Amino acid sequence: MSHISPVIWQFLVKWLTNFALLPPEASKVAPQMDALLFFMVLVSLIGLTIVVLLVTSFSILYSKKRHPVAVQVEGSTLLEATWTIIPLGLFLVMFVWGALIYFRVYTPPANAMNIYVVGKQWMWKVEHPGGQHEINALHVPTGRAVQLTLISQDVFHSFSIPAFRVKREAIPGRYTTVWFEATTPGTYHLFCTQYCGTNHSQMIGDVVVMTPEEYRKWLTRSDSGASLAQDGERLFASLSCAACHNARPDARGPSLANVYGAKLALASGGTVIADDAYLREAILNPSQHVTQGYAPIMPTYQGQISEEGVIALIEFIKNLNSDYRVEQTINTTDMPPVSEGAVTPAVKAHAAKGTVKP
Amino acid sequence: MSDTIVSLPDQATARIPKDNYITRENGLLSWLLTSDHKRIAILYLISITFFFFIGGALAGLIRLELLTPQADLMATDTYNKVFTMHGVIMIFFFLVPSVPATLGNFFIPMMIGAKDLALPKINLLSWYLYMTGGLLALYTMAVGGVDTGWTFTTPLSTHYVNTNVLTTGLAVFIAGFSSILTGLNFIVTIHKMRAPGLTWFRLPLFIWSNYAASILMVLGTPVLAIAIVLIALERTIGIGVFDPTKGGDPLLFQHLFWFYSHPAVYIMILPGMGVISEVISNFSRKRVFGYTAVAFSSVAIAVFGFFVWAHHMFIMGISNYAVLVFSLLSMLVAVPSAIKIFNWSLTLYKGSITFETPLLYAFGFMGLFTIGGMTGVFLGSSGTDIHLTETYFIVAHFHFVMVGGMLMAFLSGIHFWWPKMTGRMYPEKISQLAAVVTFIGFVLTFFPQFILGMLGMPRRYASYPPEFQILNVFSTAGATILGVGYLLPVLYLIWSLRYGAIAGNNPWQATGLEWQTQSPPLTENFAEVPVMDHEAYDYEWLEKQQLAQKETEAPRAG
Amino acid sequence: MKFHGAALDDNSAHQEHPSYLRHHFNSVEQQADASSFAMWLFLLTEVMFFGGLFTAYLIYRNWYYPAFVSGSHQLNVVWGATNTVVLIFSSFTMAMGVWCAETRRRRGLVLSLTLTFILGLVFLGIKTIEYSEKIEKHHVPGFHYSLQSFVDPQSDPEVYAEYHDKPLVPDMARHTELYFSLYFLMTGMHALHMIIGIGILSFMILRARAGAYTSGHVTFVENFGLYWHFVDIIWIYLFALLYLISRHQ
Repeated sequence: MSHISPVIWQFLVKWLTNFALLPPEASKVAPQMDALLFFMVLVSLIGLTIVVLLVTSFSILYSKKRHPVAVQVEGSTLLEATWTIIPLGLFLVMFVWGALIYFRVYTPPANAMNIYVVGKQWMWKVEHPGGQHEINALHVPTGRAVQLTLISQDVFHSFSIPAFRVKREAIPGRYTTVWFEATTPGTYHLFCTQYCGTNHSQMIGDVVVMTPEEYRKWLTRSDSGASLAQDGERLFASLSCAACHNARPDARGPSLANVYGAKLALASGGTVIADDAYLREAILNPSQHVTQGYAPIMPTYQGQISEEGVIALIEFIKNLNSDYRVEQTINTTDMPPVSEGAVTPAVKAHAAKGTVKP
Repeated sequence: MSDTIVSLPDQATARIPKDNYITRENGLLSWLLTSDHKRIAILYLISITFFFFIGGALAGLIRLELLTPQADLMATDTYNKVFTMHGVIMIFFFLVPSVPATLGNFFIPMMIGAKDLALPKINLLSWYLYMTGGLLALYTMAVGGVDTGWTFTTPLSTHYVNTNVLTTGLAVFIAGFSSILTGLNFIVTIHKMRAPGLTWFRLPLFIWSNYAASILMVLGTPVLAIAIVLIALERTIGIGVFDPTKGGDPLLFQHLFWFYSHPAVYIMILPGMGVISEVISNFSRKRVFGYTAVAFSSVAIAVFGFFVWAHHMFIMGISNYAVLVFSLLSMLVAVPSAIKIFNWSLTLYKGSITFETPLLYAFGFMGLFTIGGMTGVFLGSSGTDIHLTETYFIVAHFHFVMVGGMLMAFLSGIHFWWPKMTGRMYPEKISQLAAVVTFIGFVLTFFPQFILGMLGMPRRYASYPPEFQILNVFSTAGATILGVGYLLPVLYLIWSLRYGAIAGNNPWQATGLEWQTQSPPLTENFAEVPVMDHEAYDYEWLEKQQLAQKETEAPRAG
Repeated sequence: MKFHGAALDDNSAHQEHPSYLRHHFNSVEQQADASSFAMWLFLLTEVMFFGGLFTAYLIYRNWYYPAFVSGSHQLNVVWGATNTVVLIFSSFTMAMGVWCAETRRRRGLVLSLTLTFILGLVFLGIKTIEYSEKIEKHHVPGFHYSLQSFVDPQSDPEVYAEYHDKPLVPDMARHTELYFSLYFLMTGMHALHMIIGIGILSFMILRARAGAYTSGHVTFVENFGLYWHFVDIIWIYLFALLYLISRHQ
């Protein structure tokens, strides 16, 4: 760059920043997507130039004044092959390259931290597992893979962060996910991009990217007092889930400790990994997702819990995997206590009141 | 040596032929109860022009609102209704019937040497169905409109709006049947009523394109019909097919809707491509380069067009593998369009080109459709679609192909065939001006929208962040110019009905069958059944014809 | 390009063709060919129309099979099979009608069409009986739909005696409403096509009595025959898909 005049360079940078054609690149995938976009613009420009050149030059060279008698040319198989194969080749390059980026954007790494987003008319509710709740805002740290688990409470919405080059539909009825890793601190636009009714254009907000220390500070200031898992635990109790999902040998429902991420055998045959989607379905449409060995007697909670409630319950269940102490104690309201320290082989305990850490 | 191809009869002695399809019968009923395909085409021309200006007025309102970042011109609910009705009217009541129902109806029988379409009364029924649907759409606007977007996404349209979804759905349903019957009529006509000697590969490419579009109309539209029926039932009695709380799936609606609506865009563009083939050939005095390739490309677009619908759903949670398949197929469907653009360009090679208005519009088509088509590839590649979908990039893309492409092709065709339909020439200078004004207005309106989309501005927004304002102002300014560009043809074409030059049989010295008879044509099109013994776009044959005619006239001149 | 054939004001040519030849066709064969082709194409659009419903059926049967089984058991196979036989027989009488038209048997044609008409009415009559049964049992989606028969099969003695269904859990049982929605949509759409067909048949019987179809112009009868056979075939698919889900456990 030293051989370009610093004045011109400054001017170019200023011009390009003020008349940017793309949003700032604030995530790891953004430059990758911009590279493909740039390639596509280049190919389009070349294609357009070729067509314009052909049309213009032929118009000049073969205007009636200059070329009064037309020469009939039937065609040329060679030319047909050329302009079939070359565009096809270029399009296939774009297909492969684009597919790679697509898979990258929608395949979260295993160590991604998870944030839940519930879209409803006309706001975004962002739920951090630690209990931070945001409306129309999303705070994330740099340098960390962040997965968003999205769902809508009513109609289709779409969570879009142009600066990260990511976007994902929030659909009623099931979770969708997307992930990113933010790279540059700053505040960026958050839009809803799927038309959702009257205030669709007001369903916007800010994505605030912070350095990891700033983020930690933000987490502590914004703590609502209870993590999502603790909210879930309260809900678990208030809905009397423990009536069936307890540690007793004759329990009517399977124990939920260590269930998250486990491979379950279903009563209908077949196996399933107990992920977020499964757990949600098991709460809202239980009879189709009965674990083998249990009767299909679980009532549906459709209409009794909001999507945030389901998320809280899922977080609670996820956290049952992590605490060793949880496995040692049983605590339910209407059951005889088991002597401390006794662990029956087939049964794992669950739900300690108030001792679950986020 | 003049630089125009136009060859008019001597204006002092020329007259419009006394007996033609317009003068054969008089009275309003003779038009409203006609079974003459040419009269039905004129009925359609008047009605689609009417709906175009309604849709255009709605577009004007959209652009006015978007001059400022705030939603300050109208309530957001109203804005939502305005863009919904703009989409519904422009797509179903303008673009889909535009070329097929006007130029197709008028010229398909003439181009194949037939006296009418195979099912003339069904043709009239098509127009009445179209008008019923259109009047229902107007009624909907009058009683409060609908604000679901033309895509009727569920569950918004089934459970979350209290506007007139049912009447709009009914209007579209009825218009759909109009489309099905037109397509059916065209397919039967092209198969069964060609003149003796007119084999498939002697057909003008306009016929091939309309044939391909008709296949799409016939096979795709019924699926839209059933999707609308399901929405109506879901909305009224709550059957639950699209409601997740009842075990239904909102994505099922998306599949059913886009299974029609993607082929629909090819229904809209293919007839326009047919016009371009005719116009480029005529004004370069050359057979279309690679005739067979262009013909097969039309059919290929129709076939592939049925297998790409889920590229409208890439970010909606369909499986990654479905995305792979649909993205690959979308790349394949782009190739035949590229083939056509190159074939048209090469048609100009070693031609003898004159630059009358139809060719100017055709050139506009080629440039703008290339951009529109290429940006379609941006969207078909799944990765970039993530960033670009649901933004103004999509809006710019489809306006480039539909308005910069299809509408320019429609105007090209109207100007090209105006002398044949009316017996009068339009005024050349002002029409060239209008074409240039339209082109400039179009680019200024819609090119900034590509940039807005890349910057992330979402579509269907009544208000937007202030940094997007300057591009929106450019876009609105362009829209004003574009409006002028569209108004001018209406004015001068109507003017030409009274004051235009008498055109004669073949002012463009064209090769098509429709040009070998009087302008305006007889009701029965041809005095005798023609027999085809030459290829399409056979300019050498035309020369021999013209020489032969001169020889028969020369002895009389003395 | 040569022009040949009669000019339009040549009266001799005008007298050669039958009165039913429309003037935009060159010959009776072309007219018949074109009409037939048009009817086949129209039936293709009907296939696409029903296709959307079949797609929805496919997906939901796959997801909610137990509900579909229970719902299907509520349908009376005897009525359904009878209807199937009735329609197949009516297709036979319709085909006979076409043959009669082609061989200029006026009385045979009228008889065949009348039989087809009656059989069509029988079909609709049986469908009415079935529908009213559904209404009584509150199995019409959206109108006080009741899950009683599915969560407690023994409350429905006739059906229980035949199938001994196990009770469905409530949130599988509620998917039976989806089954019945598809049932009413598909059979209702089919019934609508039957009604239109019967309407056209009544018109045809009157015209046939006047000899309109037995003087060489059989296109209308032939094409209607195609339509009638199509409606029959759709029913056969509907019968299999709706009535015969897991008839033997």
